[in-house]
Amino acid sequence: MQIKPILTAMRHHKAGTVLIALQIALTLAIVCNALFIIQQRTARMSRPSGVDEANLFVIRSDWTDKSDAQRIDAQMQADLIALRQLGSVQDAAPTNSFPLRGSGWDNFIKLQPDQVKMTTDAAMFFSDDHTLATLGTHLIAGRNFTASEIGAQRPRDAMHAAQVIISKDLARRLYPDGSVLGKTIYVSMGRGPATVIGITDTLQAHMISSWANAYAYNAVLVPARLLNDYTYYLVRARPGQLDAAMRDAPKALYAQSRMRIIDRKDGVMSFAQVRQRAYERDLGMAILMGIISVVLLAITAAGIVGLTSFWVGQRRKQIGVRRALGATRGDILHYFLTENLLIGFGGVLVGAVLAIGINLWMVTQFEMARLSLVYVVSGVVVLLLLGQGAVLGPALRASRVSPVEATRSV
Amino acid sequence: MFSYYLELALRSLRRSPGLTALMVLAIGFGVAASMTTWSVFRAVSGDPIPWKSSQLFVPQIDNWGPNGRSDDGEPPNAMSYADAMALMRDHRAKRQSAMYQVSPSVVPAEAGKHPLNVSGHAVYGEFFPMLDVPFKYGSGWSESDDTNRATVVVISAKLNQKLFGGASSVGKTVNIEGKDYRVVGVLDDWNPQPRFYDVVNTGGFSTTGDDVFLPFLTAIQTSMPNDGNTNCNAVPEESGFVGLQHSECVWIAYMAELDGAAAATSYRNYLNDYSREQQQAGRFRWAPNSRLRDLPAWLDNQHVVPSDTKVSLLVALGLLLVCLVNTVGLLLAKFLRRSGEIGVRRALGAQRAAIYAQFLTEAGIVGLAGGVLGLLLTGAGVASVGWVLPRDIAALARVDVSLLLLTLLVAVVATMLAGLYPTFRASRVQPAWQLKSN
Repeated sequence: MQIKPILTAMRHHKAGTVLIALQIALTLAIVCNALFIIQQRTARMSRPSGVDEANLFVIRSDWTDKSDAQRIDAQMQADLIALRQLGSVQDAAPTNSFPLRGSGWDNFIKLQPDQVKMTTDAAMFFSDDHTLATLGTHLIAGRNFTASEIGAQRPRDAMHAAQVIISKDLARRLYPDGSVLGKTIYVSMGRGPATVIGITDTLQAHMISSWANAYAYNAVLVPARLLNDYTYYLVRARPGQLDAAMRDAPKALYAQSRMRIIDRKDGVMSFAQVRQRAYERDLGMAILMGIISVVLLAITAAGIVGLTSFWVGQRRKQIGVRRALGATRGDILHYFLTENLLIGFGGVLVGAVLAIGINLWMVTQFEMARLSLVYVVSGVVVLLLLGQGAVLGPALRASRVSPVEATRSV
Repeated sequence: MFSYYLELALRSLRRSPGLTALMVLAIGFGVAASMTTWSVFRAVSGDPIPWKSSQLFVPQIDNWGPNGRSDDGEPPNAMSYADAMALMRDHRAKRQSAMYQVSPSVVPAEAGKHPLNVSGHAVYGEFFPMLDVPFKYGSGWSESDDTNRATVVVISAKLNQKLFGGASSVGKTVNIEGKDYRVVGVLDDWNPQPRFYDVVNTGGFSTTGDDVFLPFLTAIQTSMPNDGNTNCNAVPEESGFVGLQHSECVWIAYMAELDGAAAATSYRNYLNDYSREQQQAGRFRWAPNSRLRDLPAWLDNQHVVPSDTKVSLLVALGLLLVCLVNTVGLLLAKFLRRSGEIGVRRALGAQRAAIYAQFLTEAGIVGLAGGVLGLLLTGAGVASVGWVLPRDIAALARVDVSLLLLTLLVAVVATMLAGLYPTFRASRVQPAWQLKSN
């Protein structure tokens, strides 16, 4: 197929050519970035939490009388005994926060007491000797807390954790050579050294904002019950008994004492709900970008069909002449496909530059990651195929123009 | 003449229903996507108190020094107790209030009713006139209530409905954290979004409003702990809530009302003077690094508008742009197909202006039809936006008359703009050439 005559013919409908190319360019630029956003969000959403999500749920209990810390402590211990005795419950533990919660305590971690800048940041999970079993998170080194190591403290008390268990990602961050076990670290802004007695497998922090991406898997388990105005109980149901446990547990707590508030709406949340809540923004963005991409591709394809149909209609006589002069149907078909491919190439060339430009601008404006070239390349392929698919119908119609048309006037 | 063009346009559109439908669909989808994301963007980026936002200022004092600053040299975004109290004591603004977020439990008077957790703020009496807070019953409290640590409370209309069935509760008592407070005022519906008076603790948006407002000093005296963020650069020397008050941890939001630029400049000087005094007293070991931003600048600085909302709006506008380019192409095809008709009309003496009028009318009708489709889709879009956005943000997006009008206007104007070039081409058709080829 000769390209030169096609280019010459294109000059006769410059405006249409430019418009299709422009549309392809813009569509490529937007769809590339939209798909990239979708990929980024779904990758975030599928990060593992490191806990036994299928059987885990959390209860938030607010105390109606917050004045007496000792009574709160006694109540918490009674609550835990009651929860652990339930038939549908495997284990339970008190905490201030949990993976994916969104807010909670995070503390600077330092290796030296007089260090000015932090080594890294990490989530603080107040824990007892049942916490690991409740979360379903395994120790990969060291040992668990013993019951006698669990203290109790009010939120504003200075934290004196003599022993801590840390997540493996934090361990690697602090001592890349793997020798963190038995070392002391400073988890409370330089106060009181804490000995690392255990390292857990993957354990996600409560922080899910993008600023905390670098710390998302840094967690420190502190051996204490936090005597706050409210407490969270992590509860792990026996396999397959999540629903029953979620019904039983609040009842058991109210049976212990009614001087508490468990919110009807979100006082009891399965971990699936926790996960959903944590990532609802990301899911929403992914869905929105998906809808926009589909609409864009559909509109671009429809636009190509519309304009090419018009050209075919306009050029029926020329096509007839070519057919009369011996051009085969395949020649006509190829002509339109090649023409579209040429326009498409022009469009994707501009579009690729535009896509990268838009991404670079978004990187500076919205803390977005750099667009991977894979998206540009696959976007180019998709749009060229889309163009060929869209032009196929009109081109087939053109190929069916009979040579007799040559003799007709318009 | 217009009605004639209208008739011509309708006839032409009917002649190629496929092409027409395509254009209407493209415009409809493009406009609906932009308007839906716009309604969300408008809701989250709007000025929560437009008549006064330029007079409301948020001061920042650098009590952490170089080690606590972020890379851009910003001081902490909230205040320590010591600084907030000093600023309240000096009282250099027309009105001002330190505030912190609380979440006390309220015990209903009726026996058997469960206690409820509410959220609220501990503020000074000037908070209410400063922010033009609307009252249904009663009013805020006086300065003497502040200094005397009176046990008074302003409650929301919602809490008033829950506790007192909606009747005026001024003078009645409410039990908050085991202590009786006298109701002095009941708010009218007031739930500004973003929660501009305390973005550092509320993060900007929240579906649940503040239900109680208590005097700041009373809350401090009763040791009502703060809810929300507490940021420390060092461990407090003493423990407990009192330890927090004596520490350099920041947890208090602050707002001041200042009339005009001169007042702002002198307040800025005052903040620097205060910081210098602290430096001389040995508390700060660095030069003053204070900030004073008016409310819009503050909301911008705190990134209150989620970047997702902006990205969505931009991507949707991109979609609209592609739809318009698409429409330009299709209109061009449509108009040029009628070169013969145009030639005849021109040969019979029609002015170029008449051709313009005819074809822009046609474009306008396509735009209008696209706009009507866009209206339906925007309605559906705003209704289902909760499906893709967090509830606290989605709840703010609304369809109102201005959005409907804007949808139609954008659709018609954009399509007519898209029709300009095709119309221009149509008006250039040479009558003689067309007649000859026929």
